[in-house]
Amino acid sequence: MKTIYLDNAATSFPKPPGMMEAMNSFQRDIGANPGRSGHGRSIDAGRVMYEAREALAGLFNIDDPLSVVLTKNSTEALNIVLLGALAPGDHVVTTGMEHNSVMRPLRYLASRGVDLSVIECSPQGDLDPADLQKALRKNTKLVVMTHASNVTGTIQPVAEVGRMVRQRDGVMFCVDAAQTAGALPIDVEDMNIDLLAVTGHKSLFGPQGTGALYIRRGLEKRIAPLMMGGTGSRSEFEIQPDFLPDKYESGTPNALGFAGLCAGVQFIVGQSLRAIREKEKLITAAFLQRMEGCPDVTVYGPAEADRQTAVVSFNVRNVTPSDAALYFEEECGILCRPGLHCAPAAHRTLGTFPQGTVRFSFGFFNAPGDADAAAEAIRDLLKG
Amino acid sequence: MSGSESHAVILLESVSHALRAEKILKAAGIRCKLIPVPRQLSSDCGVCLRIAAADGERAAGVLAGRLDYFNIAPLEK
Ligand SMILES: Cc1ncc(COP(=O)(O)O)c(C=O)c1O
Repeated sequence: MKTIYLDNAATSFPKPPGMMEAMNSFQRDIGANPGRSGHGRSIDAGRVMYEAREALAGLFNIDDPLSVVLTKNSTEALNIVLLGALAPGDHVVTTGMEHNSVMRPLRYLASRGVDLSVIECSPQGDLDPADLQKALRKNTKLVVMTHASNVTGTIQPVAEVGRMVRQRDGVMFCVDAAQTAGALPIDVEDMNIDLLAVTGHKSLFGPQGTGALYIRRGLEKRIAPLMMGGTGSRSEFEIQPDFLPDKYESGTPNALGFAGLCAGVQFIVGQSLRAIREKEKLITAAFLQRMEGCPDVTVYGPAEADRQTAVVSFNVRNVTPSDAALYFEEECGILCRPGLHCAPAAHRTLGTFPQGTVRFSFGFFNAPGDADAAAEAIRDLLKG
Repeated sequence: MSGSESHAVILLESVSHALRAEKILKAAGIRCKLIPVPRQLSSDCGVCLRIAAADGERAAGVLAGRLDYFNIAPLEK
């Protein structure tokens, strides 16, 4: 049986051939420790890291590539911001659609005296920016929210929130773009984003173990590093460097992975983000259309391709998400994800906690026919 | 850059900064090469950019405002 991969929101598969070739050639021809040793191949490895920063900076309209901190994923990027910026007595605002990479650090911080406001979203997962505005206080230090939900794909009004936050002195705006980097346009200037957390292995087509955090220049003074150690710079000093990006990049990085990530971003630029979005929108729309008027299938979220990423969550009447996923894999060769998708807060918003949903997430490399196959599989399951 | 030419080095904060400076200089048509930081200038284990001494002023001009910190020092033979 042919398999159909519908779990791109967890990690994209397959990757562009250039990504694998870049990693191969890094390990074959360079393979040195970036920026640690000063010899030619160490510099070449550093250059690979630099090119990855530059590629990401270009994609998100970041003017200084050195303000792109390379991390192991978006979880690390978000933890740098949350644990590094918030102290007891500070107020932080987030939404009811967040992933646990935001919620867990925030719940931990709340238990340590950080004041936390979680803004409720509609049952489709939409945030009303006016609700968020009302929650801002004198001691608000940070607003952190997802650009699009990993459960329903709901695209949030990040630009509106960014505009509001920018008008408040001293409040930083952090966006979790794990689901959208490489899938939707992101412009840190237009959207007034101060801190942007992305992961490399989803729509950016990099390998697992890569991610990045953009830090608006100057804000590094307000964010303590999560880890300290060797950076290859200022080796004569025993204190951590205080400048970007070294302040947040201790230890030998995943240079091999960033060679791949850089090639992944170049693939996106080559195809154009717009073409990628159009393709993903078409397949999402096709699948949603086939689910319309299906009384035994409940689709969560906007159910409108324009208002969501290529992620669709649903439940089939009288079938648990895990049974459905097992059926899809065993009988139809469809690989998907059932359950809570690391986002219990979002499921509470949608009314699907604790049973969760089945999530089909499409990607650029899915064939148009995969939407039909996905719909067919659900029909077969219903027929029993 | 011939062997007889006199050189200067641009010291930067880290290898990422040195690579950024290298790009900026090359785009401005200034020849440069990444080399290990000479021991007499710093005990840092990093790299710096070697340029022709005659290009020092022009290099400082194109880097100003684009990198927070850099320091141009003559390179003694
Ligand atoms: C919205 C959102 N935030 C954060 C993450 C965490 O990403 P990673 O596991 O790559 O750190 C994910 C993906 O799992 C996500 O979908």
